[in-house]
Amino acid sequence: MIPLSSYLILAAIMFSLSIAGIFINRKNVIILLMCIELMLLAVNINFIAFSHYLGDSAGQVFVFFILTVAAAEAAIGLAILVVLFRNRHTINVAELDSMKG
Amino acid sequence: MSFTEIVFYAFSTLMVVSATGVITSKNPVHSVLLLVLTFFSTAAIWMLLEAEFLAITLVLVYVGAVMVLFLFVVMMLDINITMIREGFLKNPIQLLIAILFGCVMLGLMAIVVGPENFGLAQIAEPARHAADYSNTKELGRILYTDYVYPFEIAAVILLVAIVAAIALTMRRRPETKYQTPGKQIRVKKEDRLRIVKMKAEKEQ
Repeated sequence: MIPLSSYLILAAIMFSLSIAGIFINRKNVIILLMCIELMLLAVNINFIAFSHYLGDSAGQVFVFFILTVAAAEAAIGLAILVVLFRNRHTINVAELDSMKG
Repeated sequence: MSFTEIVFYAFSTLMVVSATGVITSKNPVHSVLLLVLTFFSTAAIWMLLEAEFLAITLVLVYVGAVMVLFLFVVMMLDINITMIREGFLKNPIQLLIAILFGCVMLGLMAIVVGPENFGLAQIAEPARHAADYSNTKELGRILYTDYVYPFEIAAVILLVAIVAAIALTMRRRPETKYQTPGKQIRVKKEDRLRIVKMKAEKEQ
């Protein structure tokens, strides 16, 4: 018998790990994108756990839409990253300061 | 300890360990591969929650498409890894802030979602579905009736993403030579051929 709180705490651990990852890898845009994927995964675990324990399939439909939007976001984010690297020859966030006043 | 508990704790440990590897690994390729492992163990957890369709979708769409895209981009960009990772170990304050933020957020969330609010006494574990229950059928039924409008919007979002990704990354190299058929057809004899009248060079 696994209580709902175990799943929710697992998702909380994943979310906190991705927050810590954003703080650690502030220079590498690719790992920042991966941390965002991890965050969305943590949210999806919450949705599915509630959907199972409350007996409502609507949560799974929401996970379906989140997966769609996350795939679109990853595709566009990586396309922007490729264009950025092609123009600036770096993906270091600290060097992308051309709009700094 | 029952079988489901063993499966849950094994896969959640694997998931947390590989997610820690994603954020601390030095090489972005290792990060992507560990993220794939994280998605696989998440799919196993979702199987345990009777979300079979979404578990398979996670493996097919995420591991099969999105992670391959990540791996493709990581390997295509010629990144100087040592330069990017220099701030990670040389800057312990950054690491300290990350650990502090992570622990504070985890602590606050654990207080809210802990066993005293969402334990078995508050929400009992639901009965398992019968063997002939189809999660895909149930999901499809409400997806095509109650949620058909958001479903179509999701399709449009994917189309926009395809168009945007292609429009962003497509380029014409200035140094590449290519033919323009219109100009080739419109060419006249005068453009190509020049008749020069000149005296004979040899003495007559």
